[in-house]
Amino acid sequence: MFLKRLLSNDTPRSRLLALLLVVLFIALAFAPFIFPGVKALSVAAKILVFVVLVASFDLLLGYTGIVSFAHTMFFGIGAYGIAISASRLGPSWGAVLLGLGAALAISLVLSFAIGLFSLRVRAIFFAMITLAVASAFQTLASQLSDFTGGEDGLTFKLPELISPSFEFSEEPFLGVSLDGRLLCYYMLFVAAVVLLLALLRIVNSPFGRVLQAIRENEFRAEAIGYRVVVYRTTAAVLSALFATLAGAMLAIWLRYNGPDTSLSFEIMIDVLLIVVIGGMGTMYGAAIGAVLFVLAQSYLQDLLRVGSEAASGLPWLSALLSPDRWLLWLGLLFVLSVYYFPTGIVGKLRARAAR
Amino acid sequence: MKALDFDWKPLLLAPILAAVALPLTGSFSTWLTLTVAGLAMGMIIFIIASGLTLVFGLMDVLNFGHGVFIALGAFVASSVLGLMGDWTGSQELWRNLVAVFPAMLVAMAVAGAVGLAFERFIVRPVYGQHLKQILITMGGMIIGEELIKVIWGPAQVPLPLPEALRGSLLIGDAAISKYRLLAVAVGVLVFGLLAWTLGRTKIGLLIRAGVQDREMVESLGYRIGRLFVGVFVVGSALAGLGGVMWGLFQQNLVPQMGAQVNVLIFIVIIIGGLGSTGGALIGALLVGLMTNYIGFLLPTLTQFASILLMVAVLLWRPQGVYPVANR
Repeated sequence: MFLKRLLSNDTPRSRLLALLLVVLFIALAFAPFIFPGVKALSVAAKILVFVVLVASFDLLLGYTGIVSFAHTMFFGIGAYGIAISASRLGPSWGAVLLGLGAALAISLVLSFAIGLFSLRVRAIFFAMITLAVASAFQTLASQLSDFTGGEDGLTFKLPELISPSFEFSEEPFLGVSLDGRLLCYYMLFVAAVVLLLALLRIVNSPFGRVLQAIRENEFRAEAIGYRVVVYRTTAAVLSALFATLAGAMLAIWLRYNGPDTSLSFEIMIDVLLIVVIGGMGTMYGAAIGAVLFVLAQSYLQDLLRVGSEAASGLPWLSALLSPDRWLLWLGLLFVLSVYYFPTGIVGKLRARAAR
Repeated sequence: MKALDFDWKPLLLAPILAAVALPLTGSFSTWLTLTVAGLAMGMIIFIIASGLTLVFGLMDVLNFGHGVFIALGAFVASSVLGLMGDWTGSQELWRNLVAVFPAMLVAMAVAGAVGLAFERFIVRPVYGQHLKQILITMGGMIIGEELIKVIWGPAQVPLPLPEALRGSLLIGDAAISKYRLLAVAVGVLVFGLLAWTLGRTKIGLLIRAGVQDREMVESLGYRIGRLFVGVFVVGSALAGLGGVMWGLFQQNLVPQMGAQVNVLIFIVIIIGGLGSTGGALIGALLVGLMTNYIGFLLPTLTQFASILLMVAVLLWRPQGVYPVANR
């Protein structure tokens, strides 16, 4: 079976989940045609970026059992790689590739160093050390303002081919104008699909199985003869590289990057929320979770606004339902899901199908 | 811990750091100002971190939501002090202190009470599972931060120092701010109380015994579970107190202040050895001194100084200066 090979034998194993994934795939593949409008396309592009970012984090958290808070650092490196290179060298494909290559190299070295230094220590140490390193990196990015644009960030141009002003044909196709923006979206779409399949391949390879063994019982994995530190460091490096690619995708879509866009701690929390709600240790969970989360982030606020206005008679309820408080509800959902659905949406669906 | 094989080397770290900084800062009075400022900052960080390290060292619970109690304490204190404008505005020191101490007590009480609920609803289901503890307490912090925004609003809240605590005293040429002296005093008091409670009282004995062998203590008829809840409440209350001190230090509160301080306190308890009160004190003093010296000498490096410090200490002792042995 070609499809099975493509998914590395890791099929959804639940009809409902499979259905969800197919709907999701089709919706993203035809997003520009099904959901017209600038906001809808931006939301779809953000989903693509987050699917890759969250899946790369899940390689670390869900499959290897490592809590890292430095993941947005690599995301930011990818985004800054594109941003700095394109704003210095001008809008050429060479600049984009150079920026991407440099970002990947920096991420590789940095993640290797962090991995070697801190993966020997206990899991909790690693979580705290990465938190410290990430906050230092964020400060660095906003202090080196000659280089990174500081708090204002960098706005830059990309090659003509993927910019909105470039039109392939005068005639709109199915009511959508065929411009560079559309091409850019499909570039991201292909990249996201390829990267997600690559991650699926990695976690279902013998290497991925060892990672899961380490997650389940580090001591036994070491006793069987696997060098736990080597595997953990490799997982950390791979995960960092995929996050860098996700960051590059974000910068290519936005043509802008700043500390709040790609480095902020809020994004790190978002990623954690998505992984847990979607289901740790499943790449599909990352995808489903990312979609739910980005949709909630983009549209829950509108819903809350309606609720807040309806509750205007009760000031405290109105304050709780204010659209700015959407994170409160997501936080509650997060705690409840760790409480009641520790395996996330995907785990729940799979357990239901197995019954 | 017998007096003879007491590990004294870490005690030298802070004096060494201060001695190294003396020639670098140029003048003795500058150095003195920086050192007192560093010690005061270190004491405040210690008060915050002591709660976290207690909870980890004794209950083996890693609370990433600790920051929420810091912010909560600070915001409660701002409300209490706001009500006592007559007392904080007075020029007389004793009137100011009469205003500040109730504010601290209320902040500690509120933070402790919320800590009780936090333990019950957030932490209790995940005892013994570190990964889930990290995740769920993170979720608890998000909820707490958002609730603070609901109650006090998302904007900054000023927390001015009471009149008589502003300004500084001159000792020779060195300017020592009055508030920093108060911070050092409160920090010493907290450390003394903690060390005395854990080392010299029956409750401390039971807590230490419960950590060593929980079942044995329970079979003697003591309820360790309740005692540990008490530890969590005390830890949260200390964070609340630390939040008041930190808030007065910054004179400006934002709901995210807990998350901002989190990084510093994690560095401190890692240096200290995760669970050791004495280690946390040393770590906090080192971080406080380092931040002030580097802030004066190489301001752009301030943020990295404490991280470099942590790396250096971990290279020397990978488990922190006073590792808690039984983990």
